[in-house]
Amino acid sequence: MSGSRWRGVYTLFAKEVWRFLKVFVQTILTPVVTALLYLLVFGQALEGNVQVYEGVSYSAFLIPGLMMMSIIQNAFANTSSSLIQSKMMGNLVFVLLSPITSVEFFVAHIAAAVVRGVLVALAVYLVAIFFVDLPIGSLWVVLVFAVLGSATLGVLGLIAGIWAEKFDQLAGFQNFFILPLSFLSGVFYSIHSLPGVWQTVSQFNPFFYLIDGFRYGFFLASDADPMLSLAVSVVFLLGLSAMAVLMLQKGYKIRS
Amino acid sequence: MITAVSINAVSKQFGALNAVSNVSLDVPKGSFFGLLGPNGAGKSTLINIMSGLMKASSGTVSVMGHDVVSSFRQARHALGVVPQELVYDPFFTVREILRLQSGYFGHGKENYAWIDELLETLTLNDKADTNMHDLSGGMKRRVLIAQALVHKPDVVVLDEPTAGVDVELRQALWQFTQRLHADGHTIVLTTHYLEEAEALCEEIAIINRGELVVQESKQDLLARCPYRSLRLTLSTADYVLPESLQPLVVEAEENCLLLRLHKSEHHMGDVLKALQVAGIEVTDLRTEEAGLEEVFLELTSSTGNNAVSEQKVPA
Repeated sequence: MSGSRWRGVYTLFAKEVWRFLKVFVQTILTPVVTALLYLLVFGQALEGNVQVYEGVSYSAFLIPGLMMMSIIQNAFANTSSSLIQSKMMGNLVFVLLSPITSVEFFVAHIAAAVVRGVLVALAVYLVAIFFVDLPIGSLWVVLVFAVLGSATLGVLGLIAGIWAEKFDQLAGFQNFFILPLSFLSGVFYSIHSLPGVWQTVSQFNPFFYLIDGFRYGFFLASDADPMLSLAVSVVFLLGLSAMAVLMLQKGYKIRS
Repeated sequence: MITAVSINAVSKQFGALNAVSNVSLDVPKGSFFGLLGPNGAGKSTLINIMSGLMKASSGTVSVMGHDVVSSFRQARHALGVVPQELVYDPFFTVREILRLQSGYFGHGKENYAWIDELLETLTLNDKADTNMHDLSGGMKRRVLIAQALVHKPDVVVLDEPTAGVDVELRQALWQFTQRLHADGHTIVLTTHYLEEAEALCEEIAIINRGELVVQESKQDLLARCPYRSLRLTLSTADYVLPESLQPLVVEAEENCLLLRLHKSEHHMGDVLKALQVAGIEVTDLRTEEAGLEEVFLELTSSTGNNAVSEQKVPA
């Protein structure tokens, strides 16, 4: 790839990051406040009543889940809202007229989603540790799952943004698919606390592995084997990425 | 002839609708090329295929020798497109938009001087740091042109650039496109303002209902119409026109008369003599050669689309 090609991808990536930073109250501060409200309400209500891992308070258990939930929602929102807005406003044409390839388009958007996801998670963490003692068992594991989670949801957002033809459809995708999967993935609880059938159902939820692996990075304890979580998350990301790149290369709903 | 854009047997179907049917045409390098046709003729579809925004159902298109599918990167570097719609990104200012667009094409700070020049030329200097959302329609149109030129393309496509703009901006856009042409750019202009095409274009293709009707130089196209008009002012409104002239009358109002003369069959001298014999005194006369509008209507109606003749085509 020549220098100028890298500059094209970098520019698109920078534009996507710049776009969400221009509205940082909506894209960074609001998710942090939301996560803290969850922490306040659930932490206060359940602290002392629930202990998932030995020696780990419920509030401490909750924070990695809330961080990953913030990653999931914000990485998804970054790509999906950028694409649907560009489609509705018509300004997507400026990127489509440029020599940026489908893979470059994909890389730039997902990289920006990762930046937003990680930034929001970091902000939640930095604020939360003022209230709760939260050690990090393995920074690498935390980072790997944060990036995997952001990238995966960035790709899902890209797919939803390409597929949706109006904001209503995107909201449907978010509310009937992303939100239930993230709430039912062990953000607020260990799946071992669920009845048998729901434990089995949870094991088919790919978001569970993202949250469980991420949580392992903090407590070095988890519901599933962290290597399984890593494998499932990587395979899920690769599968979705292949689908998204194929959609872009085919020009599905973008280049008619 | 060196070809800037080559369109070979391109067809595009949307379900049962043939938006473009087997169109082949070449845009000569360095030409000011007009792509004309009524609304819905397939002009924008062709432009979209040329620029990679749409995929042709069959056929090929190349820009400066680069196939728009297999060598799309080179083709897009060679092409600048001014879209018909006033589209913009509401998150950024004019300067930011231009720098981003430049970056998409692989340019960095070394291109900032050219961006400043574009801002100056298109009189956008005062608005450079204004958000796109706050610009007037005319200003947005100028930014679209700057965006299309930011990577210095060889071929510039203007898709209905003057649709809905005021007279002053239209004149400014005409002057600017003429300057671009003089600087060596190949210009492809789609318009349904025939006066615009007649004033600017050297070579013209007319498409109708997705089919190429004709591609010729403007002179050859204008010469296709064998008629000219003779506008007469008579000394009185009370006259009886000789029988031989009556089939030539297009318009008669009080003492004004408009006749349509076949260039080879109806000689001016014979017409004036017939009037003199009938005792009709002419106080003023003016001849008008056929314009592009007349040729356009002739050609598009002869392809079997009578609706075209009825369509308002502003001159």
